[in-house]
Amino acid sequence: MDTGSLDQWLVLALLGLPLAGFGLTALFGRRMGTKAWIIAVAAIVAVWVAAMYLVDQTLFQHAYGDGGLHFRLYEWIPAGSFQVDVNFGLDALSAVMLIVVTSVGMLVHIYSVGYMAHDPGRWRFFAYLNFFMFSMLLLVLADNFLLLFVAWELVGLSSYLLIGFWYRRRSAALAAKKAFIVNRVGDLGFALGIMAIWTTVGTLNFGDVFTRLPQLLASGGIQEWQMIGICLLIFAGAVGKSAQFPLHVWLPDAMEGPTPVSALIHAATMVNAGVYLIARTNPLFAEAPEALVVVAAIGIFTAILAASIALTQTDIKRVLAYSTLSQLGYMFASLGVGAYVPAIFHLVTHGFFKGLLFLGSGSVIHSVDEEQDMNKMGALWRRIGITHVTMLIGSLAIAGIPPLAGFFSKDEILGDSFKNGFIWVWGIGVVVALLTAFYMFRLMGKTFYGPSHVDPHVEPHIHESPKWMTIPLILLAIAAAVAGLVLGLPFDGGLIHQWLDPLFSATESVLGHGGSTFQIAGIDGVLILVSTAVAAFGLFAAWRLFGFFGIGPQAARVAAVTDRFKGLYTASKNKWYFDDLNDLLFVRIGGLLAAGLWWFDVHVIDGTVNGIASLTQSSGRGLRQVQTGHVQNYALGIAAGLIVIALGYIVLVTR
Amino acid sequence: MDLHGLPILSGIIFTPLVGAILIAFVPRDRQRLVLWLAMGTALVTFGLSLLLVAAFHTAAPGFQYVETVDWIPAFGIQYKVGVDGLSLILVVLTTTLTWISILASIGPIKTRMKEFVIAFLILEVGMIGVFLALDLFLFYIFWEVVLVPMYLIIGIWGGANRIYATIKFVLYTLVGSLLMLVAILATAFSFQAATGSWTGAFDYLQLRNFGFDGSLQFFAFGAFFLAFAIKVPMFPFHTWLPDAHVEAPTAGSVILAGVLLKLGGYGFIRFALPLFPAAAHQWAPLIIVLSLIAIIYGAIVAMVQPDLKKLVAYSSVSHMGFVTLGIFIFQSQGMQGAILQMVNHGIITGALFLCVGVIYERTHDRSIAKMGGLAGSTPVYAAIFGFFMLASLGLPGLGGFVGEFLVFLGTFAVSPIAAAVATFVVILSAAYLMWMYQRVVFGELSDFLKSLGHHLTDMSPRELLTLTPLMALTVILGLAPGFVLNLIQSPVGDVLARVSVGGPTVGILP
Repeated sequence: MDTGSLDQWLVLALLGLPLAGFGLTALFGRRMGTKAWIIAVAAIVAVWVAAMYLVDQTLFQHAYGDGGLHFRLYEWIPAGSFQVDVNFGLDALSAVMLIVVTSVGMLVHIYSVGYMAHDPGRWRFFAYLNFFMFSMLLLVLADNFLLLFVAWELVGLSSYLLIGFWYRRRSAALAAKKAFIVNRVGDLGFALGIMAIWTTVGTLNFGDVFTRLPQLLASGGIQEWQMIGICLLIFAGAVGKSAQFPLHVWLPDAMEGPTPVSALIHAATMVNAGVYLIARTNPLFAEAPEALVVVAAIGIFTAILAASIALTQTDIKRVLAYSTLSQLGYMFASLGVGAYVPAIFHLVTHGFFKGLLFLGSGSVIHSVDEEQDMNKMGALWRRIGITHVTMLIGSLAIAGIPPLAGFFSKDEILGDSFKNGFIWVWGIGVVVALLTAFYMFRLMGKTFYGPSHVDPHVEPHIHESPKWMTIPLILLAIAAAVAGLVLGLPFDGGLIHQWLDPLFSATESVLGHGGSTFQIAGIDGVLILVSTAVAAFGLFAAWRLFGFFGIGPQAARVAAVTDRFKGLYTASKNKWYFDDLNDLLFVRIGGLLAAGLWWFDVHVIDGTVNGIASLTQSSGRGLRQVQTGHVQNYALGIAAGLIVIALGYIVLVTR
Repeated sequence: MDLHGLPILSGIIFTPLVGAILIAFVPRDRQRLVLWLAMGTALVTFGLSLLLVAAFHTAAPGFQYVETVDWIPAFGIQYKVGVDGLSLILVVLTTTLTWISILASIGPIKTRMKEFVIAFLILEVGMIGVFLALDLFLFYIFWEVVLVPMYLIIGIWGGANRIYATIKFVLYTLVGSLLMLVAILATAFSFQAATGSWTGAFDYLQLRNFGFDGSLQFFAFGAFFLAFAIKVPMFPFHTWLPDAHVEAPTAGSVILAGVLLKLGGYGFIRFALPLFPAAAHQWAPLIIVLSLIAIIYGAIVAMVQPDLKKLVAYSSVSHMGFVTLGIFIFQSQGMQGAILQMVNHGIITGALFLCVGVIYERTHDRSIAKMGGLAGSTPVYAAIFGFFMLASLGLPGLGGFVGEFLVFLGTFAVSPIAAAVATFVVILSAAYLMWMYQRVVFGELSDFLKSLGHHLTDMSPRELLTLTPLMALTVILGLAPGFVLNLIQSPVGDVLARVSVGGPTVGILP
């Protein structure tokens, strides 16, 4: 077997192993009791090993060249001129995604062994988790739009199953359903985009679409508005999956799922799928810069909107959920301004530090008897030391403090926004950076520092989590600390650029960006200083208000600040009322419409049917009176009939 | 493999009849023998249909294994049957769902088992006959043969309000089919008048090449349309369906949704379009609009149904809207999708009715409000019900998706706006199905279900045996629908070629 086909088998193994793990765990997991995790974790460890080999082949050995490895498994839908295969592709972008998906995926699986140890449904949990890994890897490896769409909906299904994992809780069941339905709103657009692509170019294979559509546009085969339309429809899918405004409402509710799920699916991997999709389809967006402006606007608006909500939430996971929305907003803003590599860079670093923060929050929640309200925490830093230190690293990373990972990626986004002429994106982005540092250290302060507000009954039982959980935390903390240094240095020329520049350089040059060199002593240095200073200020302000290690919080000042901005505070706390608006529009008004239509169905449509029936019946009953049985009456009837016919005949003939 | 000279089609059509006659001679108290004979007959018929699949030449165009016997020579009426890819897959769908339905009835049907299985087998004769008939009079006879057993199945073994439901079903269908008979006679007279001979006046293969006069086409199409539209059922002729489903026994609902509704779609493709292509174009805009209304309207009304069966019934109105939409946009992918959708809907909705039947057996109730928390007490049932719920909302990877997507795709190629309206249903179907599933399966076990105590058991092996083959088919049709698509390629091409003669669709669609 030559290496080409060996590598193809390994790509298939990336999908086959978790799928088999899902099947086996679903069928036999219940009988395995507390050991239900073994198959699932083993499958993902094997996937990670295979993935690392493939990553090495792709990124370091350049075994498949710039184009990547592409192969077809079988013919999926042969419908005349519509031919879609099950085919896979592995290039630098998929490889970078593989790093995040399999690494965070493996650590979350290991963490879950500890986290779910006491849950009787753990076999279901691991089965679903493996199914998610299968779907997510399919998403990253699919080489045509329709197969990607399959994976797109399957990750949505995994998300549905895992959000609703504790199905007895009504809130969990509602959140699961909400996630799926809101995602389907985006998927509607994505599906229409796929139809539009096929109708215009007659293929759905990525490679063919990316060369033919721009050609068609250049030759006048399609109009520019059609290209923009296709891009915006694709973007609609991304907005749903990556929870951008106005479809952001499902993600905070998704925190009903077990915390490892929040870390893996709703922070590090699935929600990145939208970013991946826009990056993947960059040759189309290159031809539709107007669509990119929409991407940038939605992204940066979501970033500031979500950050503003994160400021006031008291549920530790919800703060992180809004933070995730906000950081995803950064990534879309980055894509929108034509900074593709920084967007994927931030996807990677965010995957590590946000995965870490969620897993850390799970460890916190575990230690205080499943409490998620930060108002009932505090002073935990001495009690759960590993969790505290790792979360502190994660918080510094997301806040953009050098030299941790978030600093490098976020700074590239802000810097490129500025240099590509999107000053407004940069401006809002800097404010978001300020808010990010603030709400993260508010979270740290309320959770770990200051006086303890933990329930006195729980207080004595506070304990650090088992090794199953702390080791993944430590490993992720290392990644969150050094990923920026490893991938991002030297600025604008680090590994991440070496890997991805070949993929995106064409697009970036079409858009007229990417030419300027990095000047640490020039504009770039100034921009780094500005954003770092802003982050430090936010961090410092939060320390002062909410405490830091031994320094106590200043509750009176917090009260004064919230009092001063009471209106804004209430609005932020109520998430700018989006949930209430949706409830009114879709649940109440939609429900009335549905009930009204049902009434219409029963009374008007069926009423007409039954009306005709009873009319027939009653006229039959009426005519029955005529059948008297008296021959004289019949004779009279015949005579009358004859006269009528004769008269009619005369009238017709003489006319 | 080839079966030259063997009357395989007649064998498939009349095996159930032979079985029914045999069963008629079995004493009433030999329940087990009755059941074994019925299952045996259904399985033999199923086996014969698989034999036909093996013996079918996919690459060959036109009809195969055609059998012709003169029946009423004075009017040129023949017993003429033949099979092409389209009828083949619908025959296999019928034979599959029939044995599954009979298996599903063991237990739920407690009275008059013998009469029940006889009715079921005669129903199968009619259904298979409709799909294989190539003579319009014969087609009409089989069409009406279907009606009588279903009338009895709902009327005798149905729920509390069964008489109302079954009379409504029969009268409604009769209105359509009698008009269709008039149209069949009109075409035959017109053929006779033009050729001076009755030979071939009812022969589909001759009539479809005849080219009827414009106004005859218009009215004959209208009559066929009414017959088929009621059967599908299309908005606004759908109101018999929820009533019939609610009252029908589980097996009746499975066949009703699984096969009977397909008779309408089949009739459109096989007869209405090739015989009256010009009229098809005149009628198409109206039918497309009605289909779009059905898709959205059915889904919205399904949302607020308090009864599980009614919810599935309204979802059928929505799903069958894809079928008529896909047929009448006169586009290759659309029509292939429509046919695939017929097969998928037959399997998935049939399975959903089986699922409702499983819970009804234990609770004697179908009201969603009384359910809740089944995931904890009957996990296998919850998983299988969930599987078909997802298949029904068109989850990619499962059967429903491919058919739906092809219909949307074909529609998009003709009219992006119509496609956008139709595709909107993916949100609605997720909403009504998941809301239903949430209320039935998630949450704490409801008081009503708690009160059942140990009667609330998980699926029995027999119930598993009815649903697992349908699960397998759903997965296969999702991952590898090629074997169906290859079969219908040439029938679809042929129909579209005939329709294209009718000129462009009268444009009311952007």
